[in-house]
Amino acid sequence: MTQYNFAYLDEATKRMLRRAILKAVAIPGYQVPFSSREMPMPYGWGTGGVQVTAACLVPEDTLKVIDQGADDTTNAVSIRKFFARVAGIATTEATARASVIQTRHRIPETPLAAGQILVFQVPIPEPLRFLEPRETETRTMHALEDYGLMQVRLYEDIARHGEIARAYAYPVRVEGRYVMDPSPIPKFDNPKLHMSPALQLFGAGRECRIYALPPFTRVESLDFDDYPFTPSKAAGQACAICGAADSYLDEVITDDAGGRMFVCSDTEYCSSRAASQQGDAA
Amino acid sequence: MNAPLTTGFADPARDAARAFRQVLDAMAHPGRIVTLTGALAPAPCSDAAAIALMVLADSTTPLHLAGAHDCAALRDWVAFHLGAPLCGAQEAVFALGAWEALAPLSRYPQGVPDYPDRSATLIVECPELRNDGVRLTGPGIEKDAWLNLPDAVALQANAARFPLGCDLLLTCGPSLAALPRSTRLEVC
Amino acid sequence: MYVAVKGGERAIENAHGWLAEARRGDATVPDLAVDQIREQLALAVDRVMAEGSLYDPDLAALALKQARGDVVEAVFLIRAFRTTLPRFGASAPLDTGAAQIIRRISATYKDAPGGQVLGPTFDYTHRLLDFGLAESATPAPAPEAPSSLGAVPHILSHLGEEGLIQPEREGGAEVPDLTRAPLEFPASRPLRLQALARGDEGFLLSLAYSTQRGYGRNHAFIGELRIGHVRVSAYLPELGFEIDFAEILLTECETVNQFQGSKSEPAQFTRGYGLVFGQSERKAISMALVDRALRTRELGEDTGSAPAQDEEFVLSHCDNIQSSGFLEHIKLPHYVDFQAELELIRKLRRRAMPEAAQ
Repeated sequence: MTQYNFAYLDEATKRMLRRAILKAVAIPGYQVPFSSREMPMPYGWGTGGVQVTAACLVPEDTLKVIDQGADDTTNAVSIRKFFARVAGIATTEATARASVIQTRHRIPETPLAAGQILVFQVPIPEPLRFLEPRETETRTMHALEDYGLMQVRLYEDIARHGEIARAYAYPVRVEGRYVMDPSPIPKFDNPKLHMSPALQLFGAGRECRIYALPPFTRVESLDFDDYPFTPSKAAGQACAICGAADSYLDEVITDDAGGRMFVCSDTEYCSSRAASQQGDAA
Repeated sequence: MNAPLTTGFADPARDAARAFRQVLDAMAHPGRIVTLTGALAPAPCSDAAAIALMVLADSTTPLHLAGAHDCAALRDWVAFHLGAPLCGAQEAVFALGAWEALAPLSRYPQGVPDYPDRSATLIVECPELRNDGVRLTGPGIEKDAWLNLPDAVALQANAARFPLGCDLLLTCGPSLAALPRSTRLEVC
Repeated sequence: MYVAVKGGERAIENAHGWLAEARRGDATVPDLAVDQIREQLALAVDRVMAEGSLYDPDLAALALKQARGDVVEAVFLIRAFRTTLPRFGASAPLDTGAAQIIRRISATYKDAPGGQVLGPTFDYTHRLLDFGLAESATPAPAPEAPSSLGAVPHILSHLGEEGLIQPEREGGAEVPDLTRAPLEFPASRPLRLQALARGDEGFLLSLAYSTQRGYGRNHAFIGELRIGHVRVSAYLPELGFEIDFAEILLTECETVNQFQGSKSEPAQFTRGYGLVFGQSERKAISMALVDRALRTRELGEDTGSAPAQDEEFVLSHCDNIQSSGFLEHIKLPHYVDFQAELELIRKLRRRAMPEAAQ
């Protein structure tokens, strides 16, 4: 088999990515165009996150990869194996032990620490895209800080439904300037973006964009004074496995009579809680 | 042996990765002083500046050498290690020199409203780097940070142009600190 | 008792084992050799090279074998491999006028210097299944004529001499590269052509067809369609001169399109251009029609905004590796987003119909 370069990408590609990442950090919430490469996994399956991770990894890193909060979903397994193979780095499922975490659609429940890097896989980086399909238009809106259309749309939701009808990929404002798509995390996770001690990097491979939230950056979910943002999850439920009432829950259908239960989406958080409860009981 | 040939990374991919993480750490925490090792630079360039350039610059990034840094030894080193085309301040993606030689910032690309990322990154060689002098706040800084900056007034003006403006890497020997345009400055 | 889903890694390995078996099919049937694919499925190989943006018939054939004949999957394999290749430089502009022609036709002139050469075409074959091919057969050698003139001039150059067709501007020395810089709008014509050359044949075909049916109609004639072998050369600064390093098969199409003239331009013919690796007339003609449709703005035509004329629409959606990746990613788990939607819909319904929620 061909011997690939450390972290798969060639050095010129990594330099290009690294320049884009630094500009993204310098302009929080602004989407930096970069010349995304074809990766050995399909566009839409985390190629942006994979490129950002590849540009950041050092041999001493310990990498965690999650998809929907879980370490063992197929795409998370595939990406973790890829980096173990092409970068020879250690991997972990423990949030606290990871130096770099690549994620799709969740922020871990265990609070992130200073020095950690969280890399998000992003499908559609443009928060205004659902209002306006043209890049030429949305770019101008960002340049002019013209977010009126977004405000109008969110207010229409309130008029019609009594609340903003967005449950995930809920748009945020970064440091009072750029409106940013936090990737399709549930809005339950939005507060974790705000003033996080970790560096948060966002990679959209197919759309060729990288953006960033430096540590300790102000991130506000868009709302109105009379309709403040509320993070939400399954109402009044706790995890059926570990009993957590503070974590984001997946609903699982357990039989064909409509039986269902709720379990933590963050599998590592859940299993470590369950293990420590068993330890206490023993 | 030819001097420029002896000063590169021993293990290019891994050394560059480690060095970039230090630069990223600095850019994500304005004012934080990090240490870069793994390569040596010809005078008057600091090791930190040379390593930062090796990690970031190549044939696609025009480089401006300012003042004493615009010398034969450094030009040869750039040609051999980076392949970056040398250019004037107006076309620079990167610029290297002492503050007095680099200033004023208005000479460099500041980005445009549609593409604020298209601005220069200046590598400012400093006689020393200390965590005192100017008070820094903003993204990347929990409460405040301090750094001895060469010209706080000019840098305040740079920050005021956000989201346009230049980003700075400040270097001294093996040490490097960063000042992105997003950082607010206060002279106390 | 429910336990969180585990075993993803083993499931993946087992699925891949099954895939390898399925790819091989019935093991009593002889294995397909890569050179058989290269020689006998040459047009599939050509399409993989064109959309994969890599001219290497052996690799394209291997990709087709690995992909079980799925052309888009084979294109993906080639693109991913292409990413890992070092980049030495850009070739000198190709001289398609000097091509060694295997096929060359014009629909605008009955005859022209160089003549009409039908070459190996499906045109005028009756589409009757040839049951004889079910058995192994080697066809009788086709009659050969002495090889013709060498370089054959482009037919549209004759229109150019009269000033009837808009001359093409010389390209700059700097070649834009779609694979090295993110696409930006408005895109230059070289960049558009680059995107179209690697774009999905089916997508371009449909767009081209839509212009013929009136969505951005521009009345195309095939001025010339040629297929031939072209030498590729590069200037090597170390040597101080150009050297030939490859010969590739290309399909080139130039269309002649009506142009009524605008405030700034007199009436004259204009050109659409298509150039594709290998032999692919359908793709080259489609590309030329779409290229011409995308020129509507620069020509100052007031023809509305048909899909094929919309640069951002066409260029953002023509790449089948991007589109199939994103399309198929919805197979990935979306439990978390779906859960969030579920809660939202329940909440909105409770609010809208308090009694039904009871």
